[in-house]
Amino acid sequence: MGTAVANTPWCVMVILLPLAGALVSFLWPRRSVPLGLVTALAVPACVAGLGWQVAEQGVQRYAVGGWGAPLGIDLYADGLSLLLLLMTALVGLGISVYSSGYFERKTAAVFWPLWLFLWAALNALFLSADIFNLYVTLELLGLSAVALVALAGGADALIAAMRYLLVSLLGSLLYLLGVALLYHSFGSVDIAILAQRVEPSPAVWAAVGLMSAGLLLKTALFPLHFWLPPAHASAPAPVSALLSALVVKASFYILLRLWLEVFPPSDAAVGQLLGVLGASAVLWGGIQALRQARLKLLIAYSTVAQLGYFFLAFPLGTSIAWKGALYLLLSHALAKAAMFMAAGNILRCCGHDHIVALDRVAKRLPLTLTAFTLAGISSMGLPPSGGFTGKWLLLDAALYTGQWWWALTLILGGLLAAAYVFKVVGYAFTPAEVSHEVRVVPVRMEWTALVLALAAVLLGLGTPWLLALLDIGFPFDSGYAG
Amino acid sequence: MNSLLLYALAGVGLFTLGLYALIVHAHLLRKILAINVMGSGVFLVLVALGGRTPGGAPDPVPHAMVITGIVVAVSATALALALLLRVQAKTGRTRFPEQGNIILKEY
Amino acid sequence: MNIADRRWLSLAFRWLLRLLLLLLAGGLAYAVLSLPDQAVGLTNRVAANLETSGVSNPVTAVLLNFRGYDTLLEMAVLLVALLGVWSLGIAVVPCRVDPEPVLSMLVGGLVPMMILMAGYLLWVGADAPGGAFQAGSVLAASGILLLLSCKRLPVRLPVWPLRLVLILGLATFVTVGAALLPVNGFFLQYPPGLAGALILFIEAAATLSIGVTLAALFLGGRPGPDA
Repeated sequence: MGTAVANTPWCVMVILLPLAGALVSFLWPRRSVPLGLVTALAVPACVAGLGWQVAEQGVQRYAVGGWGAPLGIDLYADGLSLLLLLMTALVGLGISVYSSGYFERKTAAVFWPLWLFLWAALNALFLSADIFNLYVTLELLGLSAVALVALAGGADALIAAMRYLLVSLLGSLLYLLGVALLYHSFGSVDIAILAQRVEPSPAVWAAVGLMSAGLLLKTALFPLHFWLPPAHASAPAPVSALLSALVVKASFYILLRLWLEVFPPSDAAVGQLLGVLGASAVLWGGIQALRQARLKLLIAYSTVAQLGYFFLAFPLGTSIAWKGALYLLLSHALAKAAMFMAAGNILRCCGHDHIVALDRVAKRLPLTLTAFTLAGISSMGLPPSGGFTGKWLLLDAALYTGQWWWALTLILGGLLAAAYVFKVVGYAFTPAEVSHEVRVVPVRMEWTALVLALAAVLLGLGTPWLLALLDIGFPFDSGYAG
Repeated sequence: MNSLLLYALAGVGLFTLGLYALIVHAHLLRKILAINVMGSGVFLVLVALGGRTPGGAPDPVPHAMVITGIVVAVSATALALALLLRVQAKTGRTRFPEQGNIILKEY
Repeated sequence: MNIADRRWLSLAFRWLLRLLLLLLAGGLAYAVLSLPDQAVGLTNRVAANLETSGVSNPVTAVLLNFRGYDTLLEMAVLLVALLGVWSLGIAVVPCRVDPEPVLSMLVGGLVPMMILMAGYLLWVGADAPGGAFQAGSVLAASGILLLLSCKRLPVRLPVWPLRLVLILGLATFVTVGAALLPVNGFFLQYPPGLAGALILFIEAAATLSIGVTLAALFLGGRPGPDA
């Protein structure tokens, strides 16, 4: 059995399974929910298989079509890709279970193929070692995300989806122009080959600028975040969860890969600039979150803030800093998905999500409120949550490199997060002035939110194991020190 | 300057013009057209620079990339146009509500 | 802020934007001009492996063999766009019940020719410019002509054959690729003798799918009760 597991091409299966699931659920819409759930169970199993393979045999490089780079396309699995695949698998399973109770039949028939295509796009993106292939996966990801946002159907959702689509296309085109310049400079689109051949030149600097701009736009780093709050807030709750938890991380992953492996080392100013933008995102997002009247908009601005933390690793540049940012990335995915699911439950129950009118939600949906609070604990960075571990590592790196001002950002960000989480929790205990009609929330919706939030809070306990995972095929000591 | 570079520079020009139109024009259809112009610019750059081979036969890989890119652009345009029609049906307008202070406005 | 101030601000913003974009264009032009005059790229590698690829047109070889995985994902992109369009509303066929005689004659003459042309493009793609996407586009155009002229089939079809045709291309690609896994060990690795036939098989399914998908995208909505 061991050799059978070792020899199966798990990286291919991780991509093909959701694709096949999407095709079958498109062909057979009446059975889309069970088909989707089966796929949602099978994909984490394949990711586990890949993880076992990577842990036993080290970094995996798979030549699709047997040709190998630079002629063909390679798939590449190291600790970093595996961490992100794991994040996608866990959150994806939670979202799938949640969605099986959320959508009514007609919408569900459209939701499942789109969601499974999006999942396939994410898996393909995290495994790709070819920058043009990354462009195609980015487009697949973007189009399915836009279609999912538009599922909500209202004017808000449609306008937000339109804006999201235009922004996504702009980002992809900037990225593609960079790919064109890199290919024509060095004759390959494979990341490993480019890493060997790249030398500073005007075309390379232009490509660096273009690709970074496109990817930063897609990752919604301040001040390019304007499209995110309306898109994430007006989408249906499970779609908001997958957008905030998974989709924005994909472009960040590509930026990270390029920065660490392909782009030539730039001077410290660029890293500091990214750090400043990240810090601004943390503070601006936190302040705007406090100002919001609607719960989903608050959570969306919280995403804007938390995305800023990841960019603090760029000026710090040490391996501890990168690991801290990635730990934050993983716990944010779990916590944010739980928060949006909780918001979805409240919306379903009370018919609205105005924070001041949260009529005794604590009594009606205790599990949901627990989930929201636990997710908030991870966002604030309290032990033993994953958020605490991530911030601790970043703090450690900041003090080690003597850049103490980032530590200030981390602390302020945590305080702002505490403020907006407690604002929501406070109103959840009080009765509203006008009582609204209460609807029943399916049990699975409450439980998935709770399970994901618990995972975020307990993530800190798994630190040594996860950090060891990131060490496999360690791309972090490429000499770049910010 | 040979003709290939002329095409590549035309691609750069198209890209920049499209970007200007995307930012400045308010009507959604013009924004969609601007994206298409930008896409055409990128494809021009890809194909033109692929003709620099010393043999005479151009490099086939950029050509294949552009075919892929065109299909992706067509799909995205179709989705954008359908969204545009729905936005117009629901709101009666074909512009973003806050055109003019899109960067400064927060929700 | 009154109207005059707002207009001044907007004008200033536009001139600033023009300046920035001019600088961007200049920088990109400089980057393009700095590239060497001659560059081989991957031409030699493609030429070296062309015989074992199963086709003799290098672009088709890259598209369907060397970088077939990209093509697979791109067909998924087409399908996702269609799903998105279908989720937005119901299609309204833009035809007139009493079409002009010119349109009817054109349709009667052109559509069979275009279908033939699509088949030819598919076949010739192995050796000359052509292939699944080109053939699929021509097929879609013939479908659009038919739609515009209100030609209807006398029977009512259930929806699932349409869905089957739409996924046929991608499904064939995935199935063939996966079926080849036990044969040689790698996804989408064609055995050298069968490569040409497999590529044609995949392209045929793809042509059908692409044609129907593009025509359906033109309709702009999911099939309604009177489809």
